[in-house]
Amino acid sequence: MPKAPTQVMKLTVDGRELAAQAGKTVLEVCRENGIRIPTLCDDPRLEPYGGCRLCLVQIEGMRGFPTSCTTLAADGMIVTTDSDEIVDLRRSVVELLLSDHELRCLSCDSAGACALQDIAYEFGIEESPYAGERHRVWDGIEDNELIERDYTKCISCGRCVRICHEVQGCDVYGYTDRGFEAIPNTPYASSLFAAGCEFCGQCVSTCPVGALTDMPSRYRGRIWETSVVESTCGYCGVGCTIGYRVKEGRIIGAQAPLERGVNKGNLCAKGRFGWSFTHHPDRLQTPLIRRDGELVPATWDEAVSLVAERLGSIRDEHGSDAIGGLASAKCTNEENYLFQKLLRAAIGTHNIDHCARL
Amino acid sequence: MSAKAPVEITTAEGTTAIRICTGSGCVMNGSLDVADCFEKTLEEAGAHETVRVVRTGCHGLCENGPVVVVAPDGVFYPCVTPKMARGIVEKLVTDGSYVMDYLFRPAEGEEPIVRYSDVPFNASQQRIVLRRCGVVDPEDIDDALGLGAYDGLKKVLGELDPESLIAEIKASGLRGRGGAGFLTGQKWRFTRDAQGDTKYMICNADEGDPGAFMDRSVIEGDPHSVLEGMVIAAYAIGAHEGYVYVRAEYPLAVKRLRKAIEQAEERGLLGDDILGSGFSFRVRVKEGAGAFVCGEETALIASIEGDRGMPRVRPPFPATSGLWGKPTCINNVETLANVAWIIANGADAYSGIGTGKSKGTKVFALTGKVRYSGLVEVPMGMTVRDLVFGIGGGCGEGLDCKAVQIGGPSGGCLPERLMDTPIEYEALAEVGAIVGSGGLVVVDQKTCMVDFARYFLTFTQDESCGKCVPCRIGTKRMLEIVTRITEGNGEEGDIEKLEGLAIDVKRASLCGLGQTAPNPALTTIRYFREEYEEHISEKRCRAGVCLELSRYVIHADSCRGCAVCKKHCPVGAIWGEMKQPHTISVDRCIKCGVCVEHCPFDSIERV
Repeated sequence: MPKAPTQVMKLTVDGRELAAQAGKTVLEVCRENGIRIPTLCDDPRLEPYGGCRLCLVQIEGMRGFPTSCTTLAADGMIVTTDSDEIVDLRRSVVELLLSDHELRCLSCDSAGACALQDIAYEFGIEESPYAGERHRVWDGIEDNELIERDYTKCISCGRCVRICHEVQGCDVYGYTDRGFEAIPNTPYASSLFAAGCEFCGQCVSTCPVGALTDMPSRYRGRIWETSVVESTCGYCGVGCTIGYRVKEGRIIGAQAPLERGVNKGNLCAKGRFGWSFTHHPDRLQTPLIRRDGELVPATWDEAVSLVAERLGSIRDEHGSDAIGGLASAKCTNEENYLFQKLLRAAIGTHNIDHCARL
Repeated sequence: MSAKAPVEITTAEGTTAIRICTGSGCVMNGSLDVADCFEKTLEEAGAHETVRVVRTGCHGLCENGPVVVVAPDGVFYPCVTPKMARGIVEKLVTDGSYVMDYLFRPAEGEEPIVRYSDVPFNASQQRIVLRRCGVVDPEDIDDALGLGAYDGLKKVLGELDPESLIAEIKASGLRGRGGAGFLTGQKWRFTRDAQGDTKYMICNADEGDPGAFMDRSVIEGDPHSVLEGMVIAAYAIGAHEGYVYVRAEYPLAVKRLRKAIEQAEERGLLGDDILGSGFSFRVRVKEGAGAFVCGEETALIASIEGDRGMPRVRPPFPATSGLWGKPTCINNVETLANVAWIIANGADAYSGIGTGKSKGTKVFALTGKVRYSGLVEVPMGMTVRDLVFGIGGGCGEGLDCKAVQIGGPSGGCLPERLMDTPIEYEALAEVGAIVGSGGLVVVDQKTCMVDFARYFLTFTQDESCGKCVPCRIGTKRMLEIVTRITEGNGEEGDIEKLEGLAIDVKRASLCGLGQTAPNPALTTIRYFREEYEEHISEKRCRAGVCLELSRYVIHADSCRGCAVCKKHCPVGAIWGEMKQPHTISVDRCIKCGVCVEHCPFDSIERV
């Protein structure tokens, strides 16, 4: 039975005594205490998986090399995370992964943000000692402009499969085939469209390598050339925390921080991919007022004054019920509350509705 | 039935019965037609009411199928055809005796053996799991009931509470026969102690090792022994629902199992309020879709739940969180088939068989280069040599036995010199092999051990679920190294690379499949390193198996220069004057072997 989360346990990791809350995994406890354990299949949004085998540790009283991501920390546990044996096994796993990974880092959009690259760097591995068959270029048909799959880089960590199932409930991906050929794929290797994908791009956000990439961002900027400007997504009232990747004053992509906001790293299709309007030449930069049949740029003061004046005169001339208001789902609850106040208290009508009701 | 009872195929009260094996192997050899012929001939002779034809499960000596044993004397007829069936009936009806010419002879010219139990193959076997296999008609519950089926269950429900039942099974020393060898009673204990109102009992019948057919034979031959074991186990752990997870590739087993469930339910031996005890247990059959990895218990559970069969990390163990997250006990077919016997005969009778920490008997599927292949059950502690030579009759054809692969693709290969190792969990582990589920493949000098390792690696790599890196990619790289060695492209250092990788794959893999997949490679390197070295440095395969390393030669001393080989060679690689010894061009030869087939003087050899 899970113990009450408030209970504090003591465990020893690499000779250090650490305090941990019950219910945390060994990996979580190590991370909280600055002990680095490499992982590839782990994502805090997902259930522990234990597939990549990089987070192997040794725990007294447990056989072999348990995965720290799946093992719950327990009182009195004695953990070793950096013995020679563990380091050798991790190195072997990375070497195996690199033997089936197309090293096209020069043109890969994930370069610099690639977990495999980071781990290979950490272990100082230049190339895999194992040569052999590699995954072929996927011969399926992809007919969308948002997500690209590149199986020559896929490390089969299953994060795309799991986020689509566990977080999105969409099940666009599943594992197909067995043995070396086993890969995350769509049913019958169909296109993402045909598989019912809603293009939230969550799979792209969790892919630790460059196997799933965001096509609108492609070749627009390397990770080290961009800064992240945090904002609130303006598409709906949820108010997701969104980080716009900005290069030379222009947005080139969107992501979400895992640890903050209501969305904790998740975004929908609009938030993730719908940012190109920002720099679109047709985008309105100022309010426009129609003068003599022509829309002419105006200041916000001019525009708001004009609206207030016209609403006042319509109410005076035709009565309050001649006016109606339609609120937007892009606004927050608070904004919608104020809007109905405006209609009911200031204008004096109950003619108020919301686009979400349509 | 006593523990000492050897393989005895008898009938009650001396009635006459013709028991013909209708297990998958004998059916393939035409036993259904033979059975029909027996019935037809008996009817024609007017003896169909006094002589019964029983279509049984496996008798064991599959090599000699269709196998027929005539009771009450236990007269054994191998390789029976419809014509022989008519002869057997004629003799039986006329004077009650047997047809001398159809009897089993160990070798050409040797004296025939009359009784099935006297055949060397059966002489040192001891049947507990297979106690009713080959005796009863698996599709007739009355047959099984007449030979003690469900007596164990009656005793359990009438006399034992779950606690004392678990104590009894623990005391017997029974260990899981699926491969891991975990104490069965302990597993029951954990599941019983786990918190939760709903618990499940699963029978693992997903037998997938190449060359293994123990579980199939038990279900085909005596499904009630497994069902009875399941009900007893369910009673012990407190489960009211269960599954038998059986391979869809075993259609006959599935059919007989379903029929057995139906019949047991009709008799109140399964279902609600079993035998009026108030205890209820329902069983469903779940057919597997053919993945070897589904024999791993967590993958099996995922498969029943409707997911792809992929293992998950333990702990939590199924005993605490298994099917649908509920406490679940998973036992193998053979394990469960032992249970009722232990209850009926007592834990002491069971633990009296075997040695040390390995009690009872073990069923093996004895195959490969062995004179008598088939299904055998032997007491634990018997040496591998007694099993292979005493029961299996050695390699035959004058070839020396080279090694034995025990435990299928997860097991290890044992060289001839270590065959005095007893069949015990610990003793076999010490030499790098495992008892495993019971596949036992014998190989002779004509088997290349590098190629042998390649075969098993091909299997495990193909069956890897792909979840974890060491198994998915590691076994692939191992296979590639072994393959290049067999193709003559091995390099210095390949053996060490293979060994190093094998150890990493064993240590870092998630489930038993990956953790044991390197065993065949590791044990062949350990015991037959010189063969690997020859392939690499001398580009030579001593067994003449690896095609790229072999060539065809014509022996000048026996070649008569008839030119038949020259005529048949599709690529013109053979030349020579008429009546003079011929020669094969190594460069031109495509190694198709056509010349060997046609040479009238056996002068051509692959070396």
